Amino acid sequence: MSLPGTAARANAMTPEWRNRMLTVRGLRHAYSADRLAIAELGFQVNSGEFVAIVGPSGCGKTTLLKLLAGLLKPSAGSIYLQDRIVSAVPEGLAMVFQEYNRSLLPWLRVRANVELPLRYQAINAPERNARVARSLQAVGLAAFERLYPWQLSGGMQQRVAIARALAYQPKILLMDEPFASVDAQTRADLEDVVAKVRMQFGITILLVTHDIDEAVYLADRVIVLSSSPSRIVAQIPVEMPHPRDQITTRASDNFVAIRSEVAKLIRRPAEEATL
Amino acid sequence: MKADRRSSIWLNAALASLQSVGARYGLGLAIIIAWQIAAAQAGSVFFPTPLEIVVRSGELWFSGPPSHFFLSEGVFKDVLPSLMRLLGGWALAVVVGGSLGVLVGRSRVVSDIIDPALQFLRAIPGPALIPIFIILLGTEATMRVSLIAFGSVWPILLNTIEGVRTVDPVQIDTARSFQLPFMARMRRIVLPAAMPKIMAGMRVSLSLSVILMVVSELVASTNGIGYRILNAQMMLLLTDMWCGMLLLALLGYGLNATFLQVERRVLAWHRGARQRDDA
Repeated sequence: MSLPGTAARANAMTPEWRNRMLTVRGLRHAYSADRLAIAELGFQVNSGEFVAIVGPSGCGKTTLLKLLAGLLKPSAGSIYLQDRIVSAVPEGLAMVFQEYNRSLLPWLRVRANVELPLRYQAINAPERNARVARSLQAVGLAAFERLYPWQLSGGMQQRVAIARALAYQPKILLMDEPFASVDAQTRADLEDVVAKVRMQFGITILLVTHDIDEAVYLADRVIVLSSSPSRIVAQIPVEMPHPRDQITTRASDNFVAIRSEVAKLIRRPAEEATL
Repeated sequence: MKADRRSSIWLNAALASLQSVGARYGLGLAIIIAWQIAAAQAGSVFFPTPLEIVVRSGELWFSGPPSHFFLSEGVFKDVLPSLMRLLGGWALAVVVGGSLGVLVGRSRVVSDIIDPALQFLRAIPGPALIPIFIILLGTEATMRVSLIAFGSVWPILLNTIEGVRTVDPVQIDTARSFQLPFMARMRRIVLPAAMPKIMAGMRVSLSLSVILMVVSELVASTNGIGYRILNAQMMLLLTDMWCGMLLLALLGYGLNATFLQVERRVLAWHRGARQRDDA
């Protein structure tokens, strides 16, 4: 039973679509004839799920996120956000970039940075203020809203970027190596901030990272990519309860087993190539 | 004992500030004193002493009635019209240079079409256009304002093009992914990001505007500071001529200083962010 007049709409009525947030089918992207970044990808992210995509450096992870965000047009294949095909930048999608210092606007204070995207949505002022306050509170930056981003540490700047995404209340949050530019302790803190707000706001998250530990620690499911041109090597469910803990979760047998399984999968293509 | 130390600290601070003032203005002061002595010695009508110039300036511009804030007629007849044309021409250059710059800088097509024409027009010295501007626009304020705008638009235009071209693509991607509409991306992202370069261009073009203002008043004019200087020279009122030059120097200095103050405020974020990057 398809909806009339909306060819770009998948069948929204069937139960299998109802729970789906993101659907990727036969996705392929070539920057030029001899530069194939993504060979073929197909996967789904369910509503409320936290999926991590890991792969070796330069495997086309950032290309994938740009395709999902509608910032790039794929060479082939299709992307659906819920039941709508993504042909331009879709509604209800927020991005957190690796380069927080380039993605935040240095001429706006923390508060204005978080508020800016909301000004162009149909949201009235009281609701806007409430959302800004709530999301800054959630990342622990309520006291810093009057400062400029460059007056904050790297980890705090990335929290601002996360707060900006939360205030937008996206259906899905895409994160591109969000913790790659901060030190180890800050990284652990930020991971826990993301885990917490994910539970608090119940959002769907797709995280792209090269860090296996991080992927396993945070996600409900890990998708392993091959090196470029990328394909899916495996999808591994992470069956560990939430909330997780930096010390006990990482020391658990389950975590260690999944971690080494992912590590082997990532290493395998490289070993085959050297044989 | 305590009071002693405090007064010596105060003395040191006073000496230090005196020293910095001396380092800044010492040379200028020395030149003025030397000029005063040399001019007094020479007694030439062509080179009045600085003191004479200052006194005469006071007569020329500050001898008016209290109801006019002591400003004399000459200020209203010559200085203010000059200033209005200068600021009008410069404002026009800012508007045209800024908006055209955004267009050329952000659109490949527009850039390809009009860049050669711009490079060609840019090579024409502004004053060379006075004859044709007089034919087209007459000898009134319109002609002079247009000339100032034409001559001073280039630094703004080129800096805006450069500024909007080098906006960080991550900032643009961020704005697009949050669904900022096109005009909002221009106003909220592209323009502020390019503002440091645009303002640098505005400052250069402000000093160009002063030059063009004077040049425009040397031809077919009936008032203005430039006209006053030329007129004084022709009537052999040489002290008056020097007064006009002094006024121009002060005007240029004042405009630049004012602009710097505005720039400091508008671009406070830029200085802060840069200091952070350097650290």
